[in-house]
Amino acid sequence: MTELATTLEALAVHKQFCEDVLNMPGGEKIKICQQCGTCTGSCPTSYLMDWGPREIIAAFRAGMIDRVVKSNTIWLCTSCYSCTVRCPAGIKITDLMYELKRLAIKYDLAPKDGKAPAMTKYFIDSVHKHGRNHEVELMAKFMLTKDWGLPFKFAGTGLKLFTAGRLPLFAKNIRGRDELDKISAYLEAQEAKAQ
Amino acid sequence: MRYLYYPGCSAEATGKAYDISTRALMGKLGVELVELDDWNCCGATSYFSVRELDSFAIAARNLAIAEKQGDEDLCVICNACYTTLAKTNRYMAESAEVREAVSGALGAVDRTYSGNKPVRHIMDVLVNDIGLEALGEKVTRRLTGLKVACYYGCQYSRPMGDFDDPEFPVTMDKFFQALGAEVITDFAGKAKCCGGMMMLTKEEGALRMCHELLKGAHDAGADVIVCACPLCEMNVEGYQPRVNKTFGTNFDMPVMYFTQLAGLAFGADPKQLAIDKQIVSCDRVVAAIPA
Repeated sequence: MTELATTLEALAVHKQFCEDVLNMPGGEKIKICQQCGTCTGSCPTSYLMDWGPREIIAAFRAGMIDRVVKSNTIWLCTSCYSCTVRCPAGIKITDLMYELKRLAIKYDLAPKDGKAPAMTKYFIDSVHKHGRNHEVELMAKFMLTKDWGLPFKFAGTGLKLFTAGRLPLFAKNIRGRDELDKISAYLEAQEAKAQ
Repeated sequence: MRYLYYPGCSAEATGKAYDISTRALMGKLGVELVELDDWNCCGATSYFSVRELDSFAIAARNLAIAEKQGDEDLCVICNACYTTLAKTNRYMAESAEVREAVSGALGAVDRTYSGNKPVRHIMDVLVNDIGLEALGEKVTRRLTGLKVACYYGCQYSRPMGDFDDPEFPVTMDKFFQALGAEVITDFAGKAKCCGGMMMLTKEEGALRMCHELLKGAHDAGADVIVCACPLCEMNVEGYQPRVNKTFGTNFDMPVMYFTQLAGLAFGADPKQLAIDKQIVSCDRVVAAIPA
């Protein structure tokens, strides 16, 4: 894990990180968080988190970026949007979690052995390869690299799913799957141009 | 009545029965579904976690195809696909940056999108386009006496809230009441999270959520839980053995796509609705419906 704020380069990353978060659509609202804790109270997984969403916002505003990206918090968000619809300041907290995940990946700060970052990556690989997510391929890849025990824990149900035809082995490829690569390449080029 | 139809990736695998029963149900109701040509994955929640603009742009590829393919609204069955596609419209309308980036990216693959294709959840179509009264009249086999727990899940009405309340949705309750079922209207878990993909990345957390849902439905005396999302269905149904093992419970709760149960009420037979693809047998649910 990179120790930030130790070199000038890290300081620049730090600054860019803060700007990226505040520049996301609706991001500036983070400034008006009143620390009421409705988000943490509404979150179904906050009890598993190192820091709840309220504390993540506080840490971010205090410039403690290390704490924000090294916490397990951002990887435990299930995208249920309970916090987002309840936040009295209108902060799109689920979107903030996405942004923090994105930046953790971009600046290579995501936990290397994490299951959630791996799952995210495999999902996107599958979509770019086939145009659609091939669930079986995704699960197989995930099991092979991150959770050897899964097939055993899940064997009975897996077999039933398979015999019911709910686990097709072969992926369907869409005709326009090269378009997804082109879309990503275009946006990457635009971003490089802007910086 | 005609709609463009977006099945979503799960509908080709674990959620196959959702797609099959949707087509059967809509057929019985005289609604024509035209599958969106060469649709791609909406990006779901994973894509948002890598690059936000990419996720809007790949979702918008579907909307661009829809706009070109026909004037009909785009009907979506999966909660996550629905939210992702509807959110793309919303953010394109609200943010000039998103709009420009998406338009540029689509331009790179010779596509255009205005931002105006209506994205509709199938339940929205059923309740608001066809209407509860018309639905009630078309029922051939009323679900009398069947106790139903409607499990909406998160992304049914959050964060958009376009056709139902984000905290306490009621459309599915009203839908099944129109079909004659006894709906557990105060089912506390109705809009709670099933854990989603966390079932694979942090199992203990997701199992606890599913346990609460199953316990809530079981304690309320539900005969069946009905779902509107393939991920919810997979977690609540497929992981029951894991829940039982972890919490020392003994749940054997039938879980169906809402389209499967509704299809029965409109005269489709269990085979047409792929009810045999369920892991927890739904035979007793089918048998409990008066002929």
